[in-house]
Amino acid sequence: MIRYITRRLLFAVPTLLAISFVLFALLDLAPSDPTGQLPLTIGPEVRAQIRESLGLDQPFAVRYVKWLEQFFVNEPLNVVEKITGLEIGDSSGRLRVRSWATRSPVVDLIVERLPQTLWVVGLSYVVGILIALPIGVFSAYKQYSWFDQIGAFVSMVGFSVPTFFTGLLAILLFSVTLNWLPSIYDTTHEVTDLGSLWTQLKQLFMPVLVLAFYNAAQLSRFMRSAMLDNLNLDYVRTARAKGVRERAVLLVHVLRNSMIPVVTMIALGVPTIFGGAIITEQIFRVNGLGQLLIVAIQGADIPLVQTLTFIFAVLIVLFNLVADVLYGLLDPRIRYD
Amino acid sequence: MDTRNRGGNRRGTAGLPMLAWAVALAACSAEDAGVAPGDAPPAAAPNRHLNILYWQAASTLNPYLSGGTKDIEAASMVVEPLAHYDENGNMVPTLARDIPSVENGGVSADLRSITWTLRQDVNWSDGTPLTAHDVAFSGAYCMHEEAGCNSLTAFADVERIEAQGDHTVRIIFSVPKPFPYGPFVGSTTPVLQKAQFEGCLGVKAQECTEQNFRPIGTGPFKVDEFRANDVISYSANEGYREPGKPWFRTATFKGGGDAASAARAVLETGEFDYAWNLQVEPEVLESMSAGGKGEVLAAYGTLVERLMVNHTNDDPSLGPERRSLYLDGANPHPFLADRAVRRALSMAIDRQVLVDAGYGAGGKPTCNVVPAPPIYASTANDECQTPNVPEANRLLDEAGWMRGEDGVRAKDGVRLSILFQTSTNSVRQGTQALIKQMWGAIGVETELRNIDGGVFFGGDPASPDTFQKFYADIQMYTNNFDGTDPEVYLAGWVCDEAPGPDNQWLGSNVPRACVAEYDALVGELARTAGLDERAAIAKRLNDILVRNQYMIPLIWRARLSARSMSLQGVRINAWDSELWNVADWHR
Repeated sequence: MIRYITRRLLFAVPTLLAISFVLFALLDLAPSDPTGQLPLTIGPEVRAQIRESLGLDQPFAVRYVKWLEQFFVNEPLNVVEKITGLEIGDSSGRLRVRSWATRSPVVDLIVERLPQTLWVVGLSYVVGILIALPIGVFSAYKQYSWFDQIGAFVSMVGFSVPTFFTGLLAILLFSVTLNWLPSIYDTTHEVTDLGSLWTQLKQLFMPVLVLAFYNAAQLSRFMRSAMLDNLNLDYVRTARAKGVRERAVLLVHVLRNSMIPVVTMIALGVPTIFGGAIITEQIFRVNGLGQLLIVAIQGADIPLVQTLTFIFAVLIVLFNLVADVLYGLLDPRIRYD
Repeated sequence: MDTRNRGGNRRGTAGLPMLAWAVALAACSAEDAGVAPGDAPPAAAPNRHLNILYWQAASTLNPYLSGGTKDIEAASMVVEPLAHYDENGNMVPTLARDIPSVENGGVSADLRSITWTLRQDVNWSDGTPLTAHDVAFSGAYCMHEEAGCNSLTAFADVERIEAQGDHTVRIIFSVPKPFPYGPFVGSTTPVLQKAQFEGCLGVKAQECTEQNFRPIGTGPFKVDEFRANDVISYSANEGYREPGKPWFRTATFKGGGDAASAARAVLETGEFDYAWNLQVEPEVLESMSAGGKGEVLAAYGTLVERLMVNHTNDDPSLGPERRSLYLDGANPHPFLADRAVRRALSMAIDRQVLVDAGYGAGGKPTCNVVPAPPIYASTANDECQTPNVPEANRLLDEAGWMRGEDGVRAKDGVRLSILFQTSTNSVRQGTQALIKQMWGAIGVETELRNIDGGVFFGGDPASPDTFQKFYADIQMYTNNFDGTDPEVYLAGWVCDEAPGPDNQWLGSNVPRACVAEYDALVGELARTAGLDERAAIAKRLNDILVRNQYMIPLIWRARLSARSMSLQGVRINAWDSELWNVADWHR
């Protein structure tokens, strides 16, 4: 197993390098300009100077190698320095990956955004799973019952109605009409006591609800079909024939076997948490990683887009590996060595 | 996760009409429900926290490195210039004692220098006094050639800036400057603290994150926390020069989302006190403000939505050596070079219809490229306010453009078929469709095209789709000028400024029209000092542009913002930051 993981990790290095090159080239070829959002009253000469100050006048290869150095050498060194408090080499002269719009280090921006994204998107993922699994299990057990039919209808709705619609409906209901919940997420809010926890829960409610609804819709259908695959197998009939209680048949035997593909699905979905939820974050002004990415794309803030998308790529490669390893752990029939 | 939307902003914006629709629905339901009771109990002490919402989040608090209005306005609560423009476009001293002029001796008789005297009672929020050295330093900071300063235009022709003693600063120009109020007037060129920014000159400017995010200022507020592209927390500057101000003790400047929901946060839910730049369908704004929680404010500056008329041949078969290039007049447009056609196109447009459909309270029909300040606004072209289709038809008949079998006019095998482009934006596409219909009535065929704003305004010389390349017959966008003086703006349409490969397609004479009289008048404006004489010349320049239909002005656009009814003291300003008098805001 260890050998397998090591081999996969080594394979990941050229993959990620290739991804980083493709990302960089695509962003470079895309018709965008960091000065494009400036007012028209700012003249072309001034724009040219701004571009120069951002290092855009250098050739593609130079910029790419610089980015590689900044991302793979300077940023990790900076993290090490921050954690240990040691100074390694010339730390003030070392260039970090800087966003063009804010002129601040990209990694600091991402670290600042992570809590919001993990709170909202991460929580909605967990809530989504908690809703989806029981629904999936029960729908499969009572296939074609009214519960199953309603479950199918609700998940079709959840799956096909976009979050920008459900989000707005929630705002109209809870903020505008009922005046119960804030429609704008306060990212500076700190939880210090019960009262502030209540405020936090209130502002989390709508975005988490909207996203969890969407996540649960997908996952519950998946859970249901995995359960159905197993319910008709011989071992289930054997277990029932032996007189095992129905509850144990369902929750111990069938559920455990059905969880194998579902756990893989869940693991593969984890990187999307870090990707944030672009639309939902915009609607509720959560301003997490998704909003950071979309603002960067609109403002042609290439270093920020490049770094964010690359981090997503790393997470996807990593969680693919995690999913494979989990699969092996859950299903003893699978051997990687 | 909604990874389906990860495709980028295009998919995202596709939802906007839906948003608007749902918002309209919301307005109706709020009315039906009789609107929930107000949140603030009347007897309690007034809430001294100010909530401001800009749907574009601020990226930096250093206006010299900003990415647009949002950053400059967020910073204007902290750092201040020597003088502001008030809501009528008049200069009012801020850090200076008075406005220098030739009459009071502040501007030298040869117009080559201006001397500002600073107020002596101003301290930075860290307690140290403001001096003339800070002002001189701020100029040097922006004018450093490696800084990438976006306010450089304001410092055009500045030779040097000298601090004379602690409270006098003299700006010396390399040429006579009839309008010497570029540097340090208005929020785009504030005074930075020398002690804080000393280490940030030139390329270092990019690395001074701490300074750019938390500038020390002289303004009513100071920065407590800055989260780039998200939110800013301010608290009152205790040492602010006017005692008892600002009234608000703390403030939040939240960013993100879209204009419609920003409007809702002020007008419907009342969560925020002020929301900026609400470019939303007029009927949506109207129904939102019907609840009475807030009101929409309009500020008319110099924004004019106009049609640019291409005077050069943009035929795709010409190739890059000729297409849309001026070539000293050797490449005229096949039909737009005919003034009768241009006049007819302008005459056929009913501007009021365009306003009603797309702008509502946020626009007025205009016939000028320079619509304001009042002394610069010409009245010579007002007949364009009323459309005249029969006259337009008569003009075209007279010029020999006859209707063919398909109803489209043609002459000598040239059909009046126009490619009309603009940036992607639902209001602009609506306007395009209406104009197409209006031109149809005079026998002109129109093909519509829209280009993503980032590309259209992006200025990439390699892209065929920028507004400067102008690979179309007519295009529509908005432009304006900073401050109140139109000289630089009007000088953009001289012959030499026609975009082409020699200036990397960055020239500002986008219509590529050229008249000697215009160039001569621009030269005269640059030598004239008196305000009235300057206004007279500016009007004549405006009239040349408009009466020859080099561009066809359509709509004088206002910036729309909203305030909650409880917020008092707002004087919305189109000439400067909307937050210019935030020190006076109260409940």
